[in-house]
Amino acid sequence: MRVILGLMFTVLALSAQAEVPEFQVVIKDHHFVPAEIRIPAGTKVKLIIENQDPTPEEFESDSLHREKIIAGNKTAKVMIGPLKPGSYPFFGEFNEDTAQGVVIAE
Amino acid sequence: MLSSLIIVFREVLEAALIIGIVCAATRGMDKRFSMVAIGIILGALGAVIVALFADVVADFAEGMGQELFNASVLLTVVVMLAWHLIWMAQHGAELASRANKTGSSVREGSEPLTVLILLVGLAVLREGAEVVLFLYGIAAGGSSASMMIMGSLLGLVLGVLVGFALYGGLIRIPTRSLFAVSSALLVVLAAGMAGKAAKYLIQGDFIPALGYDLWDTSALISNNSIAGEVFGTLIGYDAKPAGMQVVFYVVALVLILAGMWWAKQKHPVASFTKDSQAAA
Repeated sequence: MRVILGLMFTVLALSAQAEVPEFQVVIKDHHFVPAEIRIPAGTKVKLIIENQDPTPEEFESDSLHREKIIAGNKTAKVMIGPLKPGSYPFFGEFNEDTAQGVVIAE
Repeated sequence: MLSSLIIVFREVLEAALIIGIVCAATRGMDKRFSMVAIGIILGALGAVIVALFADVVADFAEGMGQELFNASVLLTVVVMLAWHLIWMAQHGAELASRANKTGSSVREGSEPLTVLILLVGLAVLREGAEVVLFLYGIAAGGSSASMMIMGSLLGLVLGVLVGFALYGGLIRIPTRSLFAVSSALLVVLAAGMAGKAAKYLIQGDFIPALGYDLWDTSALISNNSIAGEVFGTLIGYDAKPAGMQVVFYVVALVLILAGMWWAKQKHPVASFTKDSQAAA
């Protein structure tokens, strides 16, 4: 049962990732670069977030419904969307003063 | 300092609220405090281990290991809570009458106490791992580390105090109604955790969202406010839930209530005497 479920999940995850556009973001000195990410509206996209700081960060966004910890010097991916046109702010919870950004769906 | 206080407070709060309710809900049970203490210690140790291997966990399941891990821990806690609630539905009346009469604990409180340990341990583990990672970041960060660590400690203390306050409030309730109140609290707590598990599974792209922002009550209580955090833990409040979150919430709620109802039918409260209980 577990195995079957696991396989189903894997297949679902793989099929979902097949044709998804990717967008690169870097965390450096507790800033997101670029801080403004323009993505197409109405479709799922994948953010590839590379944490170049040695310390962990948590990518968090209430409007995108996401929170994910990214260990120091590690890369994580976050699937977002499909989004309606608009701007969706996000931040790094561990360094909220500086780590701010926004996804703009258009 | 304030930011670290708030971050740690938020993480500690969820575990503290759960432990506060669990302590009140198990009033009258033998050795419950030592079980809870063991759960907290094991959970804290587990949190350090999970934090150490955070990047290993993260790389599982095509990079969605963190989501899978969080959802699994949450769903395990839901199952533990369901087990506890159904057990209490069977034996609660007897526990209440004994706790009332003698104020002493029930010797043959036969609920597998390991459930308690696991429940508390997992609650501490999930939130604790994040605190450990955050503190590691501070420690590695340098300059303002001591202020940040002061803030974190304050946040920890405040979170624990809220847990104690909740417990203190709950045990003032007369024992007989305490079990009804704490059971009701635990049922919605469990349903809320099921909803949160769905949120992680959606984020990991394991299950469809069935529509985001089914409704939006951010203007009333936003998810990022402390009230949002408290209600989020206690009753699974989410200002902007996805459809699948609501499905998980309702299914967990219905299943647990049905289980409790079934357990009560099996052991009608009216027929409870010490002897029939001993025989059962």
